[in-house]
Amino acid sequence: MIRRPLLRRLARRPGALAALQLAPGTGWLLLFFLVPILIMLAYSVMPRGEYGGVTAGLTLEHYRRFFDPLYLRVVGRTFALAGACTVLSIVMGYPVAYVIARSRRWKHVLLFLVVLPFWTSFLVRTYAMIFLLRDGGLINTWLLHLGLIHRPLTMLYTPGAVLTGLVYGFLPFVILPVYASLARLDPALLEAAESLGARPWAAFRRVTLPLSLPGLIAGSLLVFIPALGSFLTPDLLGGARQLMLGNLIENQFTTARNWPFGAAASFILMAAVLVALLVYLRTQDRAPGEEPG
Amino acid sequence: MARATPRPLMGITALVYLFLHVPALVLVAFSFNRSRFSVEWTGFTLEWYRRLAERGDILRALRASLIVGLSSTVISTVLGTLIALALARRRFHGRRLYEGALYLPIVTPEIVVGISLLVLFAAVGVPLGLATITIAHVAFSISFVVVVVLARLRGMDRSLEEAAMSLGADEWSAFRRVTLPQIWPAVVAGGLLAFTLSFDDFVITFFVSGVGSTTLPLLVYAMVRRSIEPTVNAVSTLILLVTTVTIFLTDRLGRARRGRTA
Amino acid sequence: MTAEPSVVEFLAVTRRFGALTAVDGISFGVRRGEFFSLLGPSGCGKTTTLRLLAGFETPDAGEVRILGRRANADRPYERPVAMVFQSYALFPHLSVERNVAFGLEERRRPRAEIRQRVGRAMELVRLDAATFARRTPAELSGGQRQRVALARALVLDPAILLLDEPLGALDLQLRREMQLELKALNRELGTTFVYVTHDQEEALTMSDRIAVMTGARIAQLGTPAEIYEAPRTAFVAQFIGTTNLLQSAAGGTGTPRALRPERVQLCPPDAAPDGLDARPGHVTDVIYLGDTLHVIVALADGTRLTAAVPNQGLLGGAPPWRIGDPLVAAWRPDDARVLES
Repeated sequence: MIRRPLLRRLARRPGALAALQLAPGTGWLLLFFLVPILIMLAYSVMPRGEYGGVTAGLTLEHYRRFFDPLYLRVVGRTFALAGACTVLSIVMGYPVAYVIARSRRWKHVLLFLVVLPFWTSFLVRTYAMIFLLRDGGLINTWLLHLGLIHRPLTMLYTPGAVLTGLVYGFLPFVILPVYASLARLDPALLEAAESLGARPWAAFRRVTLPLSLPGLIAGSLLVFIPALGSFLTPDLLGGARQLMLGNLIENQFTTARNWPFGAAASFILMAAVLVALLVYLRTQDRAPGEEPG
Repeated sequence: MARATPRPLMGITALVYLFLHVPALVLVAFSFNRSRFSVEWTGFTLEWYRRLAERGDILRALRASLIVGLSSTVISTVLGTLIALALARRRFHGRRLYEGALYLPIVTPEIVVGISLLVLFAAVGVPLGLATITIAHVAFSISFVVVVVLARLRGMDRSLEEAAMSLGADEWSAFRRVTLPQIWPAVVAGGLLAFTLSFDDFVITFFVSGVGSTTLPLLVYAMVRRSIEPTVNAVSTLILLVTTVTIFLTDRLGRARRGRTA
Repeated sequence: MTAEPSVVEFLAVTRRFGALTAVDGISFGVRRGEFFSLLGPSGCGKTTTLRLLAGFETPDAGEVRILGRRANADRPYERPVAMVFQSYALFPHLSVERNVAFGLEERRRPRAEIRQRVGRAMELVRLDAATFARRTPAELSGGQRQRVALARALVLDPAILLLDEPLGALDLQLRREMQLELKALNRELGTTFVYVTHDQEEALTMSDRIAVMTGARIAQLGTPAEIYEAPRTAFVAQFIGTTNLLQSAAGGTGTPRALRPERVQLCPPDAAPDGLDARPGHVTDVIYLGDTLHVIVALADGTRLTAAVPNQGLLGGAPPWRIGDPLVAAWRPDDARVLES
């Protein structure tokens, strides 16, 4: 008595089982990830219709609009904020990754405390920032109480607030890859450096730092890319003034009602992301100094 | 490494940890504050939590989040696990390329994913609601599940499944009796991750939800824009609680899994 | 002429992985009940051959026949084979008992039958059921795991048992023990064994016939005696035991010949017996191996020969040969076997 004759017949044909396993998920992704993006690509080169949608035709006017100083400023601000966020995250995050890599007893707890904000609702965390930074918020209230200031500091709706919110949101994204890189570092290499006369700072600069570079680059891109596409942070913490590309895009699909322009803006964003990705992939080929095995 | 970590580094680390966690802790603390308008601490109360239970809109949003969360988790876990099985065990053309392409949903900015789905649904004429939200959540969760399950499959001894087959088990039997018992912690971990992503998601949900399909994060967003009051803190605290428990469980599963590879 | 029934036949089977040809048009047959070994260095294709037999690989060309029928597309669970893996591949989440019972449970045999057959299988591999049945693989030693893997396969009464270097991880003593036990099982049960190993001593000890493989092909197929005493190629001659490679007397060109060290007689300079091929030379080294001495001799024409001399005991007596001694190395002309390549 042969059970499951259909499965067994399929199993004899090369590739049939793989196709069966891949089909549902791939189909879902094609239909609900790839196709939408392709439709959006089409929209971005079609003229705007009456109610903000599209009408037939082909045009590059939406992309050309980006050369308007108004929009160039938005793009520039987006890159500047994302870039500053990345730099700050590296400066703050590298030491933390280093400390975690060297700790023994507390390693797991420390890692958990980094992983937790990584997965926690971005919205809630951004709200926490608002709670602290508002004119009537915690920081201002305490400073007033302590007599350090006489009027509330305007912290919210400034570029500083957006930057703080971005770093607050994306800092864990740097710590984890750098930690992974440092953890793989063969301690024998540092011992060798020591035995050759290198003092702690020199050993760090000439051995640890270069070897942790892959993780550092990976982490930087893991911060830079989502920061570029940020929408929530500049929206809640920046108000109407600190528009980033994400807000611009959102605007086109809600108040401004210009879908094709929004689609074009989305592709500009995607282009920036893909360039950053290619840079990332280039650096991933080299990983010297890892522990064998 | 015998030498102790330099003090200033520990100091910076401590500050960074404070930076990462104090805002949320403050948020939680003030959800118990009696005062409604000021940030002065006037006393401990559970009033705001009690009010949550009375607010129909919050309960409805919670229900929506749970429905979407659970359905999208089940679907994405099944689809993602199937893909991971194919990637880990079967040979096919373009396997490497496919695996790389799976990372696209992870790196694509959420706003682009949300917008493009809105465009799709509008073009096809599908009304926005819980179903469209679920569809979107599955789309971005699949890749995460694949990553988690694939890692475990690759770390598992392949010859176990071959042994099972040489003893008479066909592909389904080998999967059920040998593979699944080995990978189930990773499958559950992937599922928990998918649930967290879905439960917490704002940006994508914002664009694919319709009237009457408000999830918890969408409601919180509206509340934050409207007024800052302890009720918002209370809802936020609950969301934080759900996430913390989920991540804690995922972490536990990870540790259990490591202990088992004998 | 009645040929012995072949339970396994490979007919010009080829398997490629991309640009690499792992198995290149090999053909051989395995007879019912025999202990058949695939022997060769790493990368020679022996494991791939076993996997082709088991059904984990499909041939790109040629035919695999099992029990008389074409089995190319048959899945492993459709073949009358059971396999013992190099890493044992015991299911970590199941007890020893459940591991051994796995195949029987898969066939939905009644519980009483399973219990009985598992008990018998564990007896066969000399594992005390009472002690070990409930243990998990993690709680077993290497040797014990090996026996469980064996029992798990044998309990199914397979027509053909496949073994992929099962003894590699065991220490020498245990390995020798298991070699004898495996050979005994093969005789006792009458099951056909197909065994893969890189250890030539192991293959010689256990096999009825050996297929020596190199470079994805079979270099020679024969009984242990044929392989050892009548090697056909330089590779086989050198892979099995030690050998001397002699170039043809005619100017160093032409086919080389293989001469086993134990076939070389060492005689004093003028005392070479008649009828033997004899060459003068002197001792350059004496290597002590316990039961034999390997005497390295430099011949007048520059060739180095290894001669194996039984050790009569070095303590309390003069060694038979010392470094520098002149001598004559002699052997029966037939013992210098002509090689094909």
